[in-house]
Amino acid sequence: MVLIGVAIVIIGFIVRLNPLLVVTVAGLVTGLVAQQSLYDIIEQFGKAFTTNRYMAIFIATLPVIGLLERYGLREQAEAIVSKIKAATAGRIINVYFFIREVAAVFGLTSIGGHAQMVRPLVAPMAEGAAEAKYGKDIPDDVRQKIRAHSAAADNIGVFFGEDVFIAIGAILLMKGFFDQNNIPSDPLKMAMWAIPTAIAALIVHSIRLYMLDRSLDRRLGQSNKKAVGKGE
Amino acid sequence: MFISMEAVYVYLGLFTVLGSLFTFRDQKNPRRVTSGLFYLLYGITLMLGSIIPPFVMGLLVIVMVIIVGTGGLKVGSYGEASSEERQQNRKRLGNKLLLPALLIPIITILGTTGLKDVKIGDMFILDQKNITLVSLAIATLIALIVGIMMTKSNPMTPVKESRRLLEAIGWAAVLPQMLATLGTIFTSAGVGKVVSDLVSTIIPTHSLFWVVFAYCVGMALFTMIMGNAFAAFPVMTAGIAVPLLIGQFGVDANHLAAIGMFAGYCGTLMTPMAANFNIVPAALLDLKDKNHVIRVQIPTALILLCFNIALLYFISL
Repeated sequence: MVLIGVAIVIIGFIVRLNPLLVVTVAGLVTGLVAQQSLYDIIEQFGKAFTTNRYMAIFIATLPVIGLLERYGLREQAEAIVSKIKAATAGRIINVYFFIREVAAVFGLTSIGGHAQMVRPLVAPMAEGAAEAKYGKDIPDDVRQKIRAHSAAADNIGVFFGEDVFIAIGAILLMKGFFDQNNIPSDPLKMAMWAIPTAIAALIVHSIRLYMLDRSLDRRLGQSNKKAVGKGE
Repeated sequence: MFISMEAVYVYLGLFTVLGSLFTFRDQKNPRRVTSGLFYLLYGITLMLGSIIPPFVMGLLVIVMVIIVGTGGLKVGSYGEASSEERQQNRKRLGNKLLLPALLIPIITILGTTGLKDVKIGDMFILDQKNITLVSLAIATLIALIVGIMMTKSNPMTPVKESRRLLEAIGWAAVLPQMLATLGTIFTSAGVGKVVSDLVSTIIPTHSLFWVVFAYCVGMALFTMIMGNAFAAFPVMTAGIAVPLLIGQFGVDANHLAAIGMFAGYCGTLMTPMAANFNIVPAALLDLKDKNHVIRVQIPTALILLCFNIALLYFISL
């Protein structure tokens, strides 16, 4: 019966109701099915909302990024990249992806992030590279795709890098779990066994970003030839 | 400590509340009162979260959800700089524009690594439990001051600009916190136990491969439901890995922990429940399809999930 909440979430997302509403209703129903009182459920909402305020930290970056955007930050990021001949959307994102994952391996998870790096710098640079290569009027859906890839590189880089660093939350959580269950474990070994997947992630996603460039070439290559012809 | 996490929340809330005042006055927003109220309440929950009693807080949150659910949250107008204005300013400032943006990660790292154990008297300068978040907030404040001086703009400009960005994100800003709430309710209602029982009745427990498969796929699926691999790990590991992989097949706990958690991360990449990684960025980047980031991540996630299953199987043989 308690799985009804899970069902509500899945159905809600499939029929594309507003996720915020779906999640709230799923929480209320699950609580009621588990025979909690409405007062308790609302109290849990309040308590969890308060303890998870750290998730709103991205708001701190908005004033700076917004201000700089008003003065042309995105355009400047695009302009810098458009001067680099070898730059392509895939390569720019790949460089960022590489830096993000390697930094995370050394515990520097605070390099990067969607609000502080992807929106103001990485995505505009990748779009700038595509504009320089295929001309200013790249289709909107291509822009959207480049942006989505920029965001994805940030996630994949940090996720598969950070567990190689022993002092990260995930490793501490796993150590704590095994300690509670009287199973011997060693954070250093856990971190070491995270290395193969970290390397696999680096290879797999780099190949995908290389393929992104290939697919952009196939789709927009025509205007590429024209632009090169005019330039030289 | 001198700079606590609460101070950071007040800082976040301040921008949100100030922004909401502009929303209340925004004549071009057809639902300016309810929209303004949404951001005002959000700001209040951030600023006063530790003072407001949990039940009242819960009610405020539900009011916010009702505003969203009834279509009361609309975007307005922001007096954006025109393309010419931006180009002109850009020519004047050039690469200097990148400086404040780059200050954010640099100062964050300096704060995280350099100020970690620094005390004045007996007090740590920064909140020890949230060192990265506090460093990030300080970094953004310094970058903001540098930015204002550099552009010689009115101190109200950043408030208006942050309002523009926050309203572009809209309800997605609150979603991560609501999903975390759902996670706690799921846990207190015993959803995890039911799921792990379900999985362990389905799989053939005599086959190492199928147990490894069930553990990794279970981690990914349960992470997709909960939106968080940290929530899935204790449930799936206690339900499948400890009795079967460790108990029956003698697999090393260090191997299965590292690889199982990564299998969970593959799930994180594929679910809207991991809102702060998948939905908020989509809103932040003005993507039309809120699931676009997830769509891009799915191939990599599936390949890595297969890799994790194979890896755990072969090193456990």
